[in-house]
Parts: sequence; C-alpha cells; structure tokens
Amino acid sequence: MSMTPVEIPIIPKIRKNAILTFLSRGTRVDERSFDSPREINIKTDLIPNANGSSYVELGKTKVLAGIKVEPGTPFPDTPQEGNLIVSVEFLPHASPVFEPGPPDERAVELARIIDRSLRDVRAIDLSKMVITPGRKVWNIFIDIYVVDYDGNMIDASSIATMLALLTAKIPKVSTTETGEIIISEEKSENIPVKKKVVTATIAKITDENTGNKYYIADPSLEEEMIADTLVTIAFSENGLITGMQKSGLSSIYSDDIPKILNMSRKLAEKYLAKINEYITSKTSATAST
Amino acid sequence: MGILKPGIKLFTDEGLRIDGRRPDQLRPIKIEVGVLKNADGSAYVEYGNTKILAAVYGPRDPGARHILLPNRATLRCRYHMAPFSTHERKSPAPSRREIELSKVIREALEPAVIVEAFPRTVIDIFIEVLNADGGTRTAGVTAASLALADAGIPMRDLVAGVAVGKVQGILVLDENEQEDMYGEADLPVAAMPTLREITLLQLNGVLTEEEFYKALELAWQGINQIYKLQKEALKKRYAGAEEEE
Repeated sequence: MSMTPVEIPIIPKIRKNAILTFLSRGTRVDERSFDSPREINIKTDLIPNANGSSYVELGKTKVLAGIKVEPGTPFPDTPQEGNLIVSVEFLPHASPVFEPGPPDERAVELARIIDRSLRDVRAIDLSKMVITPGRKVWNIFIDIYVVDYDGNMIDASSIATMLALLTAKIPKVSTTETGEIIISEEKSENIPVKKKVVTATIAKITDENTGNKYYIADPSLEEEMIADTLVTIAFSENGLITGMQKSGLSSIYSDDIPKILNMSRKLAEKYLAKINEYITSKTSATAST
Repeated sequence: MGILKPGIKLFTDEGLRIDGRRPDQLRPIKIEVGVLKNADGSAYVEYGNTKILAAVYGPRDPGARHILLPNRATLRCRYHMAPFSTHERKSPAPSRREIELSKVIREALEPAVIVEAFPRTVIDIFIEVLNADGGTRTAGVTAASLALADAGIPMRDLVAGVAVGKVQGILVLDENEQEDMYGEADLPVAAMPTLREITLLQLNGVLTEEEFYKALELAWQGINQIYKLQKEALKKRYAGAEEEE
C-alpha cells in the first residue's frame, strides 16, 4: 500500500524562506539559474567484474550503475529479443531515511521510469542481443545504486544508465561451420545502443505566502523537499519524447505544461552533451594509446 | 507497446476502431456511487470492459501512531488487480507495476483531498480492478475520487482520468487493452477539471512534441466528459437527500 511519506527529513523554516527569497529574485541558493543543472562528474569502467559500469555525480548526488550481461531465456512474447531488466537500490549509505530491505515504492517507480524511457524507443537494439533465436538470449541487467542522495535521483540514474550501457563490453557470439554456437571468453563487443536517451526533471516550488510558482531544473535535496511536484520527461537524442512521469503531492496547471516541456528539453540536451563529451574524450584517449 | 503482429487490424477501412468507436470517442461509461454498505465511501466504475470497485475508509485512527502526521491526514492507497481480472491469472501478490501505480494514484488524489482538515488521521483508498481492458489506473482514479466524495471528505475538485493512445499513427481516446498492447504510446492523464490542474501524467511509449500536445488536448476532452458523468452519478445518489442517513 502506498502511503503519504511521513519520514521526510525536515527542512528548517529559515532555510526554506532563504530558498524562496532567492527564487523570488530569479536565482537559487546555490547560485544556479532556474534552468541549470548542477555540475556533473563522470567515471566509467570502475567495476572489473561488471560488463559495464559508471559512476555519476550530479552535484552531491552520487549514483553507481552496473551492468551484467548473462545468457537467459527469452520471454514468450519476444522470442527474437534479448531482455532488459532495470532495478534500483537506495543504499542505506545514501540517506538517514533509507533503510535496508526490499526496494520501496520510490525505488520501484524510479526503476520503471528508467526502463520505460529506454524500452519503446528501442534505445537498445534487443533484436541483436540473441544467442540462439527463440531459445537463448542475452539478459541485460541494469542495477542502479544510489550511493549518496542530494536530490534528483532520477536524472542521475538515467545519465549513469546511459553511460554504463555505452561503455559496456559483452562476449562475442559466433557460429562454427557445424552450426555450433560459441560464446567467446573475451568481452569485445558493444551493447547495440541505437539512441541515447535521458530523463530531465523539473521541480515546481510554490511560495504559500505569495502564491508564486517557480519551475526549476535538476532540484537539489533541499529544493526537492520544499517542492510540491516533480515532472520528469525523457527525451531521445533525436528529440522524441520517450517517457513522462508526474510525481509528488501536488498538481500541474495545464497551461504550464509547455513551459515545463521546454525547460526539460533544454536540460536533457545539456545532459546529452555531457554524455557525448565524455564518450568522445574516452574514445580519443583509447585511440591515442 | 508491442510490435504489431501481421494480420491484426486495429482500424476498419472506414477509420473506426476495433470496438466500433471513432478515435475521439470514449467507451460506454457506467458510474455508480455508494455501492458498499460498510465503507465510508464507495464507487463502481466501468469504462467499457474495464471494471473498477473503489472503497474509502476514513478519516480514521489507524492504530499505528507512527504514521500519523501532525498537520494533515495521511493517505494510503492500494491499486490491486483481482487474480481473475486478466487473461492469464494474475498472482494476487503485489507486482512492481501495482506498487508503482498505487503511488502514482495516491499522488493523483493527494492534491484534491483537503488533507489539512483531518490532522492525525488516516484515509484509506482501496482500488480493485475486477476486469482489466486498458485504462485501469485512470478508471481507478475516477472511481476513487467518487468514493472520497461519497465518504464526505472535502475536496478541491473531483479527479477524472482517461488515457490517450497512439495506435498505428492515430491518437485514440480511452484505448482498450488491444490498442494499448499494439499501440506506440500510452498517455494516462488525470486532472481536477474545474481548476485545470493535472494530477496524474505518465507516458509510456514515444511521441513527438506535436503529438503530445494533441494527445493532451484529447485527454482533456475525455476528462471533461467523464467529469460530467461523475457529477451526474453523485447527484443521482444524493439529489433530494435533505438530511444525512
């Protein structure tokens, strides 16, 4: 059963007022403009036993994504495709309000948002993830670890997922003359990522005293704590909308949707540029050595 | 959203849908309020073959003190599918989908309920899908908001929900299960119509920006029609009732 959160860390009123004062002046407590994300730091290939891994810092939010690719059986309705399984774990390390145990509703929701953002747009060509058609396919397990929680876990997880997918290596599958299928020991192939996709989250903060509404990109934890609603929109690099989710206790005025959509599109473009910049520098670094 | 299997036609040559509707047409909608004796509020809603029973208990004392909030009521919401509601039996244990939808539906109702009126209480909302034929979360929101109203809980507005699908390139209102399964996108929306506030917004699938705005407009058309039916059902239950039973 889903319940109104009762254990949200409480933000001191004086801090809340400070955040609102900054917003009323058109800036934010950390001096960002309304549409700017926090600084993004990226590392990949940190986990030798994983097929792919990435570590993303979005401000002080830290997310580790690991990908394991293992042989499995296809689902009956997609016999010619590999499987994609996304899970999210909020580590107890990450926040005083996270407890060990089975994933709570927020972790389940987050995993499903990431999954949906990738699946229907066919960001990964799952038809190329087949070993023996109809019988044996690759299972792609994406496990997202939230290591330190300072707001906007969704976008940090999405960026980490994309980077782990782009840098993962999987075994080569070949067929001998006698029709025998050989899975090589060496991991030399890429996961067929056809389109890059990222989510972009906009928070709505309402000043109860003035009634003013503010829309801000990539909320930090303290901004998230006073925000009443979040809207997450996923975009593919060719500009299609590949997912959407409103969350939080309040609502969105219908006529504000275009503003939110434009803000999130620009935010997604910034995230994608960061991902591309990292991948390009990594490729040129490997090429020069 | 699956890939269209060859041979499956989702539109007739005249441009009608498999169940004979035009793309912008809702299914026959049936709404009944106050269908249960014990619940504080209840409603039964059908969108075609999607059949939902919603019940509300509260504001009440939950027994467990630690879930109470000093300044408002705590909402609890369960969206659940009956094992017999689907083509293949669904295990009664909550799936990841049901866990997510319970949250999304709770957050679709939170903005409507005047929770500040009942501090240190719990309001329980139970949504049971009796038969699933697409649009169960939005029909669930429609039913739950009526059950809350039936329980006499003050609200800013009713919440009405409907999904818009993109099927073979065409936007369709209130898609059924087949259209959802073989369509390219599903956009469930719920809103407080008088306030024009959107309380539930999800997208599964792919849309261009232009398609999204058209789909949202179509959702609003459906929501406004459903809202009318909700109010009629409440009037039918309470018109002439001059004093409380």
